[in-house]
Amino acid sequence: MNETLFAILEALPYLLQGALVTIGIVIGAMGLGLIMGVHMAAGQVYGNRAVRRIVGLYVWFFRGVPILVLLFLFYFGLFALIGLNLSAFSASVLVLGMTTAAYQSQIFRGAIQSLPQGQLKAARALGMSDLTAIITVILPQALRLSIPGWSNEYSIILKDSALAFVLGTSEIMARSHFVASRTYHHLPLYMTAGCLYFILTWIGVQALLKLESKVRIPGYTR
Amino acid sequence: MTQGQGPILRVENICKMLGGKKILNSVSLSLNKGELKVLIGPSGAGKSTLLQCINFLIPPDRGQVWLEGTEVQHHRKRDLYALRQQIGMIFQDFNLFDHLNALENVSIALRKVKKMGRSAARERALAQLEQVGLGDKITLYPAELSGGQKQRVSIARALAMDPKIMLLDEPTSALDPELIGEVLSVIRDLARGGMTMILATHQIGFARTLADEVLFMEDGRIIEQGPPAELLAPNARTRSRDFCSKLDELYEENL
Ligand SMILES: Nc1ncnc2c1ncn2[C@@H]1O[C@H](COP(=O)(O)OP(=O)(O)O)[C@@H](O)[C@H]1O
Ligand SMILES: [Mg+2]
Repeated sequence: MNETLFAILEALPYLLQGALVTIGIVIGAMGLGLIMGVHMAAGQVYGNRAVRRIVGLYVWFFRGVPILVLLFLFYFGLFALIGLNLSAFSASVLVLGMTTAAYQSQIFRGAIQSLPQGQLKAARALGMSDLTAIITVILPQALRLSIPGWSNEYSIILKDSALAFVLGTSEIMARSHFVASRTYHHLPLYMTAGCLYFILTWIGVQALLKLESKVRIPGYTR
Repeated sequence: MTQGQGPILRVENICKMLGGKKILNSVSLSLNKGELKVLIGPSGAGKSTLLQCINFLIPPDRGQVWLEGTEVQHHRKRDLYALRQQIGMIFQDFNLFDHLNALENVSIALRKVKKMGRSAARERALAQLEQVGLGDKITLYPAELSGGQKQRVSIARALAMDPKIMLLDEPTSALDPELIGEVLSVIRDLARGGMTMILATHQIGFARTLADEVLFMEDGRIIEQGPPAELLAPNARTRSRDFCSKLDELYEENL
């Protein structure tokens, strides 16, 4: 028992550094997914046929292929093909970001489409361009409605980030595996890894709940 | 701009098909400065579609719109946005921006469209809300306002843009009866102040006292038009008169 505790304590600083890397991957991926997802959702709702088609294909592709395959495909294949020499960390952020963009775009699209049509009409009637109307009227509301779905997506991407291990990114999973295979303390180390993911999920979900209530529109119920 | 004696708004031969059905069948009308024309007719006649064709929220299939003698080139985005700034529109179900309070609802277009500074826009919005009797409600959100208050905010929002014309699409139809009066009184003040307006409504009593002209619409056409005293006179043998007496039977009008 003591030995187990000691093994965990000894590895903890190393694993916590891994947690920072994991946090970096998740923030980078979720941020990229947010920026891409908002544009894709707007394109899918308000764009012309070609735009809708391209977004549709993108979503279909990234939802259809396992992340593990995507990681290998991009890191060892496509990035090299276009002459992009990326670190394992950057590649992980990009691949996870592009994947979550596909899912996030559908969260935002659902939120946009659930808003009453009349507000866009009213914005146009005031002389706003569609772009101004989308930015000032539609998105602030759609993003608020998206927070629960986004929080869910955060917890998924956090856990998927463990896959970055296969590229050699030194995040939580890679570091636990490294220590475990050297010290043979498999059980305590993977339990610690599990706890770290659990804690990060909890913190993120709580923070997003806080955000959700902070930006709640007074008097608004749905 | 040629701004002689002609009408401020002229609409000619507007046609619109929707879902394979002729919703507007060559509708024309013109509006002089300061006039209030009231658009009546059964539900489904095409009143909402007509009003939204005037500012191209619904693009007509055919027809022209002239504002102050200049034909609107609605395919040019800049012209289109300029036109819409000059035509205020009030909707049956208010269409306030749910995430903004009353003051922000009124000031947002001043800032984003008219590019006014934050404090100038705020001042203007405040004055406009005071004009419709909501000076003490400026920090409330749409979900915290009654229907009548929401509609008054939406009127303030349109007026803040200094429109030359207002189009009002059944502004009191979504309201509880006891709230209709406060909205009608704002519209009455506007009419007395010389605002040029087209008002679609079922409030016939109100129309009778204020309208310069009544337009009766049915099946996508304006089939009768004239001063209310003629069209709606008790002994007039017009479709408008028949329609209004039916309405009168349905609702007890309180105005
Ligand atoms: N997008 C649409 N597609 C098909 N039909 C429509 C559409 N919008 C309106 N209509 C039809 O057009 C007719 C006129 O509608 P509207 O202009 O709203 O009438 P009103 O305002 O006089 O009640 C109605 O019969 C309605 O069903
Ligand atoms: Mg209507």
